[in-house]
Amino acid sequence: MALQDVCKWQSPDTQGPSPHLPRAGGWAVPRGCDPQTFLQIHGPRLAHGTTTLAFRFRHGVIAAADTRSSCGSYVACPASCKVIPVHQHLLGTTSGTSADCATWYRVLQRELRLRELREGQLPSVASAAKLLSAMMSRYRGLDLCVATALCGWDRSGPMLFYVYSDGTRLQGDIFSVGSGSPYAYGVLDRGYRYDMSTQEAYALARCAVAHATHRDAYSGGSVDLFHVRESGWEHVSRSDACVLYMELQKLLEPEPEEDASHAHPEPATAHRAAEDRELSVGPGEMTPGDSRMPAGTETV
Amino acid sequence: MASRYDRAITVFSPDGHLFQVEYAQEAVKKGSTAVGIRGTNIVVLGVEKKSVAKLQDERTVRKICALDDHVCMAFAGLTADARVVINRARVECQSHKLTVEDPVTVEYITRFIATLKQKYTQSNGRRPFGISALIVGFDDDGVPRLYQTDPSGTYHAWKANAIGRSAKTVREFLEKNYTEDAIASDNEAIKLAIKALLEVVQSGGKNIELAIIRRNQPLKMFSAKEVELYVTEIEKEKEEAEKKKSKKSV
Repeated sequence: MALQDVCKWQSPDTQGPSPHLPRAGGWAVPRGCDPQTFLQIHGPRLAHGTTTLAFRFRHGVIAAADTRSSCGSYVACPASCKVIPVHQHLLGTTSGTSADCATWYRVLQRELRLRELREGQLPSVASAAKLLSAMMSRYRGLDLCVATALCGWDRSGPMLFYVYSDGTRLQGDIFSVGSGSPYAYGVLDRGYRYDMSTQEAYALARCAVAHATHRDAYSGGSVDLFHVRESGWEHVSRSDACVLYMELQKLLEPEPEEDASHAHPEPATAHRAAEDRELSVGPGEMTPGDSRMPAGTETV
Repeated sequence: MASRYDRAITVFSPDGHLFQVEYAQEAVKKGSTAVGIRGTNIVVLGVEKKSVAKLQDERTVRKICALDDHVCMAFAGLTADARVVINRARVECQSHKLTVEDPVTVEYITRFIATLKQKYTQSNGRRPFGISALIVGFDDDGVPRLYQTDPSGTYHAWKANAIGRSAKTVREFLEKNYTEDAIASDNEAIKLAIKALLEVVQSGGKNIELAIIRRNQPLKMFSAKEVELYVTEIEKEKEEAEKKKSKKSV
């Protein structure tokens, strides 16, 4: 053992509880050159651009995302899955660089599984978020791009955390991440209530992503919907984004019988009517639980 | 034969003993008694206060220490070793909160202390820690816990236990008197701890130090006066019990 000391050899950390953060594979960073500039000049255009959202409500946490993986203006994959399960009661929506997200989620899965074996119970969602943000903040400044919402159900009920690769970690009720997030936020902020029913929540999530895919070039494909309940996560549906959007629009069209009496005046006053309709669309028309959203002018 | 196998800690004897560890356990038996009781809504730690010299400031001798808001421990054995262990445990409690956001469970910190102790039984040039510890507290789920560790690095959960000098006597007393009734209320659990210590402590309440943790409350150290109150209550109960007995026998 004296030789061990002389050679300064250290056995790998294989045992028990440790306050130290995991070394995450100990990936070496190239010395001597600044990785960020290097990547900017020589690196591939990494996949960005997406719409993901997650929100917390009485019956759990909903996670929804589009499925388009874009690489600049090239659609790398029209049917990717951007919601990654971590364990039975934890999902993560991913945005940013697909490769970074996938890798860091695997590292997080490993960490949580090890802790589960050691402690006899899974760490809470807060712990998972803390671990992920701490692991990633070590690589700050090295062009990691992971913007993710961790959705889970733990001892304190449904929980939602937003984690960004610079180390940001926020707890909240609604998060939307990605290039399509402004459009999704608009819809979510209008329709969100903590006391929604499950069906209302599904409708809200689908609607928000569908609207984002309609306007954001980097979002599209299909809409994935996941629900984390007390009993675990569940993949609710995957629906084509365009079809979903059309269906939502159809819901807004007035019934044929109602329209018969108004049929003639309508075309003549089409433009004015459209403007009026736009203006009159306001809080009054939006009733909670209604999957219909304020329409644009497309029906004219 | 024993003398050939107790030089270096890393050597087993032919019949499978680690003599240094066993000698450490002997050192623990020289320390003053500590008793721990797990009630339904309370955990109690009591220690025998060693008599201090005339000029010594009594407050600096502390055998019950808080590791975090919801966990505390008492030890028996070498005070200096205990200081090192307690310090490492306190750092671990905070590091755990930093890394994982949740406070430690009592079992986690016990396991940490036990692992630390075990490491010192398997390293060259080091001797084991000469302390046994009683670790008590409440977990997030509100369940009270009591664990005991010893110099070899093993740990077990207990309903009630004692360590140090006369631990055997106290443990026998507890085995006889630890019943559901005895821990039914917080006061009863406290009285049980004091009664157990009074079995082996000379000169009564003056030499007993007591601490409790109630669910969702921080550690409370009892002042000498509060301990005296309980001791007087216990003595009264004893007298009444004896009177009843003598009445019966008449």
